[in-house]
Amino acid sequence: MTHLIILPVVLPALLGPITLLFFRAHPAAQRAMGLGGTAALLALALALWPIATDGPQLYRLGDWPAPFGIVLVLDRLAALMLILTAFLALAVQIYVLGTGWDRKGRHFHALFLFQLMGLNGAFLTGDAFNLFVFFEVLLIASYGLMVHGGGTNRIRAGVQYVTYNLVGSSLFLIGLATVYGMTGTLNMADLGQRIAALPDGDMALTRVAAVLLLLVFAIKGALVPLHLWLPNTYALAPGPVAALFAVMTKVGAYATLRLGSVMLPKGTTELLFGTLLAPAGMLTLIIGALGVLGAKGLARQAAFAAVASMGTVFIGLSALDPAVTAATLYYMIHSTLAGALLFLITDQVQTLRNSDDLTQARPPLPGTLAALFFVAAIATAGMPPLSGFLGKLLILQSLPVWPVWTTILLGSLLLMLGLARSGSLLFWKGYEIAAQPTGQIPPLARFALVALILSLVALTLFAGQIHPALQQIAQDLHDPIAYVQANDLPAMGAKP
Amino acid sequence: MELYLATAIGLLTAVGTYLLLRGRSFPVILGLTLISYAVNLFIFASGGLRLSAPPILQSGVTTYTDPVPQALVLTAIVISFAMTAVITILALGAWLGAGHDRVDMSEGDEP
Repeated sequence: MTHLIILPVVLPALLGPITLLFFRAHPAAQRAMGLGGTAALLALALALWPIATDGPQLYRLGDWPAPFGIVLVLDRLAALMLILTAFLALAVQIYVLGTGWDRKGRHFHALFLFQLMGLNGAFLTGDAFNLFVFFEVLLIASYGLMVHGGGTNRIRAGVQYVTYNLVGSSLFLIGLATVYGMTGTLNMADLGQRIAALPDGDMALTRVAAVLLLLVFAIKGALVPLHLWLPNTYALAPGPVAALFAVMTKVGAYATLRLGSVMLPKGTTELLFGTLLAPAGMLTLIIGALGVLGAKGLARQAAFAAVASMGTVFIGLSALDPAVTAATLYYMIHSTLAGALLFLITDQVQTLRNSDDLTQARPPLPGTLAALFFVAAIATAGMPPLSGFLGKLLILQSLPVWPVWTTILLGSLLLMLGLARSGSLLFWKGYEIAAQPTGQIPPLARFALVALILSLVALTLFAGQIHPALQQIAQDLHDPIAYVQANDLPAMGAKP
Repeated sequence: MELYLATAIGLLTAVGTYLLLRGRSFPVILGLTLISYAVNLFIFASGGLRLSAPPILQSGVTTYTDPVPQALVLTAIVISFAMTAVITILALGAWLGAGHDRVDMSEGDEP
């Protein structure tokens, strides 16, 4: 048992309050805490990867044994999500420092650190109720970040966002209480064993609880028809915050994976994913793509692109096949980075044009921004040569059924059309006004954008090295014996 | 006792859902509060209902009630209380900024 496992939660939990209490009047120190903390989290996540490859590692909080105490479990999937979160957060943090977004309101860095604490905790925990608590931690930080900088419409969208998520939290609690009432445990691995051992008469109750939990994770993952909170929230949140939120929808996908893999018995998972998740995922992709085509503003377009990418992810997850899951994980990494890139570029476009409306003619934008948008659009639509194409290709190759092929290909076409339209409106129509290109991208912000693009390039170039690791993760998920054994549960039989 | 509690939970949820679907922020927040009450009662009941039994496990004691849901419900109460405070402040800010407290927005609204 190494104490390194708890650090991704404890470190931001310490740095956040310190930033809040002692550096209230020192913006430079706040920035140092934010940047230093995020960089340390990335280093930590990278250090945890080799530990995770030795097999799932258990961390008992307060040294209480598994079904009674809360445990953290570090497996490959958790470590991968930690690395992804920390890398994205670092890029966003650098962008924020470059553009001065953190000065537009108070306590940006403290909230940012709390958000990372919630995300890391949600990825690490092996206890279903603890997952709820970390969801709340990341949500309450996200409420603060979402309304950062103020503005009436942003706060009004914030009210909607908070309301939606409070309802989601209530559903989560009802689901957890149902599960606890049936099994008397909340440890994920223990839940899996006990639910599988329930008598057939409790089948209906199991399904109700499973659907409730899936509903909650679908809200987080913006699955149609529960996606309604996302477009407004992401479009009206500050650009860098929306970019960080790109990983938040993935928390929904991650929790869905854990639910299907560890907590539910195979038969229930197959029924649930096959009848609910697969059609909903296809609908999500199409509605997201149509939203991209119809959006009037670039921010809303980027938000709908995030919905569409979640559609592809959920289609892949619902197949319950190791090869498809590995492909989906690859696409998930890609879509997180590409989504964040698009949101950051949207923020630049909004700043330089002073408007989000695509149809309004404004003086031309700098050529570098046009080039960056072009790359982001290619990545988002999933066109070659970037990793989005590889991800979609892997999913299509491992899932050769016509509804999936039709949906994904049609979705890609719609995405491409929508992004091409906004690209030409934004970067070509400006030249109808005789004026010099306005403004420049701040150097640090440009560095963050280029770093995100380079990460996508690396994801493409090293796909041959990354994909086997993802296949290993998928294999672990489909056969979670090691995960369950790591929890060191007492033998079944003695009822608690 | 089970019937009373189940009826209370159902009633709270129904009223809460109705209020949640109103168009103004005050009833919406009230609805959220009622739903959170219903959820708290539901969690409390998930360990089984027992009269006059302490939630303490000791060797030799046979009448006790499950302590875990009581710990869970405490967490849930604290969180829902804090969230209600957050959304009240946000709703107040939205009302002061917009001049009305309608929850829905139209698509043209920009930051």
